[in-house]
Amino acid sequence: MNRKLLSAPFIFWSTLFIIVPLCMVFYYGLTDKSGAFSLENIAAIATPEHSKALWEALKLSFISTIICLLLAYPLAMILANLNVNQNSFIVLIFVLPMWMNFLLRTLAWQTLLEKTGVINSILNALNLPTLNIINTPTAIVLGMVYNFLPFMVLPLYNVLVKIDKNVINAARDLGANGFQTFCKIIFPLSLPGMFSGITMVFVPALTTFVISKILGGSKILLIGNVIEQEFTQTGNWHLGSGLSIVLMLFIILNMVISTVTDKEGEVNTL
Amino acid sequence: MIRNVTKKIYIALIFIFLYAPIVTLIVLSFNASKTRAKWGGFTFKWYQSLFENEAILQALWNTLSIALLSALIATLIGTIACISMQAMKKRNRALLMSITNIPMLNAEIVTGISLMLLFISLGIKFGFMTILLAHITFNIPYVILSVMPRMKQLNPSTYEAALDLGASHLQAFFKVVFPDILPGILSGFLMAFTMSLDDFIITHFTKGPGIDTLSTKIYTEVKKGIKPEMYALSTIIFVAVLILLILVNCTPKADKKKQPK
Amino acid sequence: MKKIIAMLLCGALSVAALTGCGASENTESDAHNGDEATVKVGDNGEVYVYNWGEYIDPETITMFEEETGIKVIYDEYDTNETMYPKVQVGSSVYDVICPSDYMVAKMMENDLLQELNFDNLPNAKANIGAQYYEQAAEFDPNNSYFVPYCWGTVGILYDKTQVDEPVTSWSILWDEKYADNILMQDSVRDAFMVALKLNGCSMNTLDEAQLQVAKQSLIDQKPIVQAYVVDQVRDKMIGGEAILGVIYSGEAIYTQRENPNLEYVIPEEGTNVWIDGWVIPKNAQNVANAEKFIDFMCRADIALMNFDYITYSTPNDAARELIEDEEIKNSNIAFPDLSQYKNLETFSYLGEEGDELYNSLWKEVMSY
Repeated sequence: MNRKLLSAPFIFWSTLFIIVPLCMVFYYGLTDKSGAFSLENIAAIATPEHSKALWEALKLSFISTIICLLLAYPLAMILANLNVNQNSFIVLIFVLPMWMNFLLRTLAWQTLLEKTGVINSILNALNLPTLNIINTPTAIVLGMVYNFLPFMVLPLYNVLVKIDKNVINAARDLGANGFQTFCKIIFPLSLPGMFSGITMVFVPALTTFVISKILGGSKILLIGNVIEQEFTQTGNWHLGSGLSIVLMLFIILNMVISTVTDKEGEVNTL
Repeated sequence: MIRNVTKKIYIALIFIFLYAPIVTLIVLSFNASKTRAKWGGFTFKWYQSLFENEAILQALWNTLSIALLSALIATLIGTIACISMQAMKKRNRALLMSITNIPMLNAEIVTGISLMLLFISLGIKFGFMTILLAHITFNIPYVILSVMPRMKQLNPSTYEAALDLGASHLQAFFKVVFPDILPGILSGFLMAFTMSLDDFIITHFTKGPGIDTLSTKIYTEVKKGIKPEMYALSTIIFVAVLILLILVNCTPKADKKKQPK
Repeated sequence: MKKIIAMLLCGALSVAALTGCGASENTESDAHNGDEATVKVGDNGEVYVYNWGEYIDPETITMFEEETGIKVIYDEYDTNETMYPKVQVGSSVYDVICPSDYMVAKMMENDLLQELNFDNLPNAKANIGAQYYEQAAEFDPNNSYFVPYCWGTVGILYDKTQVDEPVTSWSILWDEKYADNILMQDSVRDAFMVALKLNGCSMNTLDEAQLQVAKQSLIDQKPIVQAYVVDQVRDKMIGGEAILGVIYSGEAIYTQRENPNLEYVIPEEGTNVWIDGWVIPKNAQNVANAEKFIDFMCRADIALMNFDYITYSTPNDAARELIEDEEIKNSNIAFPDLSQYKNLETFSYLGEEGDELYNSLWKEVMSY
């Protein structure tokens, strides 16, 4: 019996549903309506409206990734240092919101942030100035951070919890202070988790079209919105595919940067 | 001491941030007024009408059956693929692994439109089937990524020993290999299930007439005014998950200790 | 690792619980299907309907299913533009669709519609007012593809308590006083209609210079717009989230019912008079059922139910006769006398190039 033959279903499946569809995106992206080869759909990224949308998406997803990292790192450290008996439960508590539907969670933020929303009603009752961030880039960043924060916490937690306590103790014994231990031991060891966290936050944030619609009031057009509209409204698949190819370039770029340090090249989510 | 207090405050703040919207949803599910903006008094009526709302129940059923089916099929294909990849040369294995990684690392929107283009060119009618195929596709990587590490930990000599002792390949697999990789298979299945449950973007591009999952149903409702029954449903789901979490955490920890990391 | 598995395990358990309840529900619906199978009528016993969101009384669908035994598979879209690609590609096959005027023209031009057999649509012939067929003749010259379902205008919905001045012109949507309190339509033709009318142009113009001016108006307006939405205008206005909103006339009655402070006006620069109606696409699989569905919706009592529910003006004269509330029957919002307004127009299909022009200008506005 040849064990290699067993991979046939998987190879067949991934060829048909992963490779071929991607080739089709490239086909549409590199041809014009008559079917002739053309780079105009790729070049279309240079038009002011598309480059603006791409720039907005890059900017907002970059900010969100940084915020996620800053929020998640201390959290993951605290969680990793918890008493073993309680930490599984506490980690679960932080992952639990992911079980609520992603759209509903985002919609709930709309309810919270609206002018007549929950937060402002409370602020009003307390005679405090109201918060007007709904339909602004701030609200979109907030939605991204909220939705993708667990993707940053989990990989960080996983690497931090695996760090051998003896290594840290050894560093302490050798006279390192807390800050030095962090810089020389903990931080370098957490890099793989950090990079997979960055990828897992940055990619969905860069390509989202839902968050900008719900929390941005469609006032801010992100590259994901443009692509979605090309496929579902304007019906220009060539342009939509061309822009998708550009988007993939950015994802690959992000991956290359992230995997430089992570030699395995595997995104270890577990 | 101060450090501990700061830590607690920090955790508490993140906790509030994560749960504020969920509390909002739960509160809204008891709001008698139909619009989100007004508080019209306490009511249970949305829970009652939830169970009369066929469209939402149908969407729930679609969501669950697609998640279950796609996770099952993906687990099957993924596990078999892992078994065979183990026997491959390193280079071939690396190639297959990188193909596996594509749907995980690629943007969901690109995966969604690429599958949409494929189904259109194949002339498949959009519906339950296309959603299922798409979900299986993005689920397989999660299975492979959680089974593969288990596979690598296996000691190949145990399998050969079983063969030497007269077991058939199949017997040897099920008696020796399978129990060892089972945790990986289970966690892969569950991850796949979760991913399928929460997916919106890929379903958005591959769904057909008359079929909605909870996500796409909510998306259409977001645009025209969401029905309070949805809040009731999500509250029920949330409470159910919470209770199960607590139950699982209260079960004896003995069996956990047996499993060395 | 172990922790994550534990988490997932918990998930599995909960899922088991959920599937359990899902399964019981399924057997129920299976039983339901079983019932239907015995009373199957027509081609497939099914009809695929693609309609606007919140544009029908769900009760009428149930009644149709009960009376005919045909199962209705019902789907919704939010703008004409999102509906079109799905139907055009053919990946989603529907039997009945409810597009607006200009979209009907576009679909006819691209050979996506089939002619209706009015012999099978007696209610559509008898109950729909002749003037609405006349109106439809603008885009369907022989009245052979389209059965009117709803019609109306587009105007400004505003909060009386927040606006002191009389609202007469689209220009109020450019008034900085109301910054962050204005809701615009998130659909290309409707948004450009407002800007073109503001500048005194036809809303069907293909004149590049006029469109550039309109585009500039929309860009100028963007900083004071709260959000670009479609159906959400309704909820947001009722909730007092905004002061001014561009809205379809049909929503006016509903929103006033929920929030009496709201008032609807048709600006003096003129507006869009639109008409939506039923068509059968060429690739429909269940034409006979589609005809039954359309005719059912034209029945006076059913049209009245729909009018009560969605509050959009009905072209169904027989249904209008049945309205008991005299005030609504003669309401100027529900059934406006259009002769008193100037510069009313109906969208026309602008051709592929026209569409592209509008789309690219709209994209510039949206990305600005």
